[in-house]
Amino acid sequence: MSESKSEYLDLPIPELVAKVRNQEVTAEFLVNQSLELIKANQDYHAILDVNQSALDQAKAIDKAIADGETLGVLSGVPFIAKDNFLTKNTKTTAASKMLDNFQAPYQASAIDKLEAAGAIMVAKANLDEFAHGSSTENSAYGPTKNPHDSSKVPGGSSGGSAAAVALNITPFALGTDTGGSIRLPASFCGVVGYKPTYGLVSRYGVIAMASSTDVIGPITRSVSDSAYVLDVLAGQDVNDSTTIKRQDSYLINQDGNKKRDLKGIKFGIIKEHLEMIEDKDVLANIKAAIDKLKAAGADIKEVSLSNSEASLPVYYILAPAEISSNLARYDGVKYGFSSKQAKDLLDTYLLSRGSGFGSESIRRILTGTYVLSSGYQDAYYKQAQKVRSLIVKEYEDIFADVDFLIGPTAATTAFDLGAKPDPISMYKSDYMTIAANLAGIPAISIPSGNVGNLPVGLQLQGPQGQDKQLLDVAHVIGELI
Amino acid sequence: MNKIKDSDIKHLGVLARIGIDEAIAKELAPQLMDILDYVSRLQSIDTSGVEITSQVTGLVGIWREDEVKPSLISREELLSNTLETEGGYIKVRKVL
Repeated sequence: MSESKSEYLDLPIPELVAKVRNQEVTAEFLVNQSLELIKANQDYHAILDVNQSALDQAKAIDKAIADGETLGVLSGVPFIAKDNFLTKNTKTTAASKMLDNFQAPYQASAIDKLEAAGAIMVAKANLDEFAHGSSTENSAYGPTKNPHDSSKVPGGSSGGSAAAVALNITPFALGTDTGGSIRLPASFCGVVGYKPTYGLVSRYGVIAMASSTDVIGPITRSVSDSAYVLDVLAGQDVNDSTTIKRQDSYLINQDGNKKRDLKGIKFGIIKEHLEMIEDKDVLANIKAAIDKLKAAGADIKEVSLSNSEASLPVYYILAPAEISSNLARYDGVKYGFSSKQAKDLLDTYLLSRGSGFGSESIRRILTGTYVLSSGYQDAYYKQAQKVRSLIVKEYEDIFADVDFLIGPTAATTAFDLGAKPDPISMYKSDYMTIAANLAGIPAISIPSGNVGNLPVGLQLQGPQGQDKQLLDVAHVIGELI
Repeated sequence: MNKIKDSDIKHLGVLARIGIDEAIAKELAPQLMDILDYVSRLQSIDTSGVEITSQVTGLVGIWREDEVKPSLISREELLSNTLETEGGYIKVRKVL
């Protein structure tokens, strides 16, 4: 891993903001540092486009501070957004040839909120095309490489965002998580990835993939930074009718020297997940982490998510179905790639979509079309929706018994680029993350040391709507392991 | 076992409005068959009496006041990504 040293960008976000506010460092300096780090780390291909207005935005913040204005809680903090967020000052491609030159006419609510709090978006990050993938290899612009070992994938689909944070280019990045796309890359890159409760963060202006499971979340170096960014992002939005009420605060209480323990907190380990760990060193790592929890007084028991194995097939019916519907908007007419060879309207659709979409997106759209077509809908789509109900119910029963779930984020550490050429073996990378999306519950991946030179991720899951509680306990565990 | 032929792929392509040539259809047919076989295992799960889940927020009937609000995005901006426009409208190729 190349060293990306910056005495400021390494700081916890609240400390960094304090230094900007008291004029110890300027926002302009921080943005310049991030831009230099983007250049220095080009070989990892984490970045697709740079915001040419970022320095001007930074100067405006510095001027406002010099003029004595009170500014937001993210004043001067550079960040990176996955390239499926619509943004005013860069292109938005979703890593697809379909949107090669797309300039969004409006901006995502999440970006607006961060900018209103004083954060500065410096760049857009690479991803699997339309977030379809688990390794960032499906990007039409080429894969991102893992900062810990450039022969490995960073995980996906938010691989560029996770790699950028691991490289210390910015203190945080935004990702999206439909079946594990924040947590898996966080696990593979050794950073924190937070998937909030479904509906907690507005998705207005984010390119839709599977609307019933898509969420937005932060990727950071620490749990407390994730909580800090979530505190800005969370809340209802009139432009997104699926948003839910937020909790009062997500900030981690930094209670000085007072060591917190885990006495009386009940954790469940999903036994089906432990059994699926392929790498014995990863298993040993997770077991060692759990032993530390026990030593800190946690009450730990094995639980069963008996429909665990069904969660992947449920997802790979429901997500393609929703994808086939959501991606119908790329018609070669309103915006996006349009074939110039087309002679009539039907040709416009067929030729534009046939050459604009990459192979994984086409596979998913066709799978979705199949499971929704007459004659197959009941056997596939409706049956998957019913099994989804069983998974939701099973989680409810588990959380009646334990407070949180703990286990691995993935069955392995980062795998080799090109190691999973067939679709199903790639889909299985999300085995441990996907059920949380189906149930809409919050989940987080935190670093749990390394196996060799590659990071391992520990996943925690909590009941729906209890994001604050989950972040608090993840913070304690993060300090412990 | 779901039998998916090259011609099925081309038909799905027409339904999904994605033009697919012979070579791609040949490549996709066995892949789609594998995917459908994999997800078919759900059919053995007993779901009698189970309701479907289509969303998990529990929210119903989220409406806003029926008030006219000015658009924050101009017509020009909205059309700025369109290949062909004429007189402020999108120009499409012939339909029939």
